[in-house]
Amino acid sequence: MLTHPAGPPVISAQQLSKHYGDFRAVDDISFEVPAGESFGLLGPNGAGKSTTMRMIGGVSQRTSGRLTIMGLDPEDHGPEVRAHLGVVPQQDNLDEELKVRDNLIVYGRYFGLPMSYLRPKADELLEFAQLTDKAGAKVDALSGGMKRRLTIARSLINEPRILLLDEPTTGLDPQARHILWDRLFRLKESGVTLILTTHYMDEAEQLCDRLVVVDKGRIMAEGSPAQLIRDHSTREVLELRFGSERNTMVAGELEGIGERLEPLPDRVLIYAQDGEAALEEVTSRGLKPITSLVRRSSLEDVFLRLTGRSLVE
Amino acid sequence: MSEPEPAVRNAPAGPPYRLHAHPPEVSARRARSFGSWYYAEHVLRSMQGYRWTLLASSVGTPVMYLFAMGVGLATLVDRNSADAFGGVGYLAFLAPALLASATIMTAATEFTYPVMDGFKWRRVYYGPHASPLNTDQIVNGHVLAITARLTATTIIYFLIVAAFGASPSATGAAVIPVAVLSGLAFGLPLMAYSASIEDDRGQFALVMRFIVTPLFLFSGTFFPLSTLPVFLQWIGWISPLWHGTELGRSLTYGYDIPLWLAVLHVVYLVVLAVVGLRLAHTVYARRLGR
Repeated sequence: MLTHPAGPPVISAQQLSKHYGDFRAVDDISFEVPAGESFGLLGPNGAGKSTTMRMIGGVSQRTSGRLTIMGLDPEDHGPEVRAHLGVVPQQDNLDEELKVRDNLIVYGRYFGLPMSYLRPKADELLEFAQLTDKAGAKVDALSGGMKRRLTIARSLINEPRILLLDEPTTGLDPQARHILWDRLFRLKESGVTLILTTHYMDEAEQLCDRLVVVDKGRIMAEGSPAQLIRDHSTREVLELRFGSERNTMVAGELEGIGERLEPLPDRVLIYAQDGEAALEEVTSRGLKPITSLVRRSSLEDVFLRLTGRSLVE
Repeated sequence: MSEPEPAVRNAPAGPPYRLHAHPPEVSARRARSFGSWYYAEHVLRSMQGYRWTLLASSVGTPVMYLFAMGVGLATLVDRNSADAFGGVGYLAFLAPALLASATIMTAATEFTYPVMDGFKWRRVYYGPHASPLNTDQIVNGHVLAITARLTATTIIYFLIVAAFGASPSATGAAVIPVAVLSGLAFGLPLMAYSASIEDDRGQFALVMRFIVTPLFLFSGTFFPLSTLPVFLQWIGWISPLWHGTELGRSLTYGYDIPLWLAVLHVVYLVVLAVVGLRLAHTVYARRLGR
């Protein structure tokens, strides 16, 4: 359950919009994030997630609507808003001409932090990012996952209470992603408000207390991952493959099994409370899928239901 | 999958927060006051990685030019036309022009590729852009750092000129700020142009070939501008190098120019620099704030 203490939200967006000419990158979205919550924007590429993040981060002007961070409008109080934040951008922008540790120190200087604070802080953050043995290395010697961890370490140099993460693990291998999730989870546990965008449902399920599903600049649904799955999908999903030619043809013969049928080019999904029972009914009708799989519903199914499209295309 | 744990409320700020940074309000106040310096500090730290290369070229360039042209060529020139250069040796005539052109060429390098790097290749500007700094401060900080670099290079150049005995006047050292100003007068409009380039399709090579090189050759560098045909003299009039060189000559060997003309040279250089800086502010704000 979502039990948040009363108190003003740290982020509040009302009818927020951003247009580029005729294109509505962000189209009239509203949400609030209380302190300490881990809040996600889930959607495919081009849904307007990054644009929203850049407006929250105080680096991109909105077309209309209201937006406050810690009660401040980023367009009137840019430096004050940005001083509250830690930002992990979608694309790393580390200074590759500087050593790993110096990247942290230089960034801390932007906040006017003194060297007496920054030297031990940089070492502490390198330890947190598991990069201590790389402190003196050049940035271009780091792997993608290490650069990402360094970017996260850099975003923490001012000890922000709000951390913005734009697709933090895109492009990383599974092991690097798990290390990163662990670090982010620790931050969440220590009470840092996390705002993250992702198009990975497993990432959203792992890290977010609450999320909004975004598509074409609009919010399609809002809730905790479990709540979204409860509201927009069944408990289980039966995935059947009949071969690419036959999936859509067979769909007609599957009518009435489970609560809902979703024929896709490569497979047919049957949404049902009991996947095994649904499978028994399929075989009792004399249909023989090449493969069958019963699994729990995920956010991917929620997204498919809400938009008619897959998340990762 | 189990429902995610709600975030721990009022938890002590355990790892990774142990050292207690000053509050965001202090960060914002300091950034508002000193942001340009913070960014300049960053750029200078990055340049430190190249300090030996920079030093070698700062020393090597003047020594090569002064030997080849100032000494080799000057011996010939002085033998044939003793009075062509206002009663001084060719070396003294040439030295302030070479010095100003070296500063301008350094500015041409520093205000092109590193700017593109900031926006496109390594996106270095986007880091500070997300911090309390504002875009004007990023521009100003980068300019401050390059100004420091130009000043250092020009001082070394002047010391070598002086060692060659090519700056006889007592006011000679004043050529240093004049050369740096010329570098900025050329470099800041170029910075605004560089910031407006979305894709590198060789524009910078064209700038070097068709702007920097003609200016170097036709700005009264190797011979007085008045010896050029009138239809080519305009190149000198618009060239920061010519204005800087004329001022430089009056400072290093007492080349005689009226006060109003000296003022005009300075005003022209300052106007170019200020307009270039304002343009850069606009272009940076538009591009970073997209």
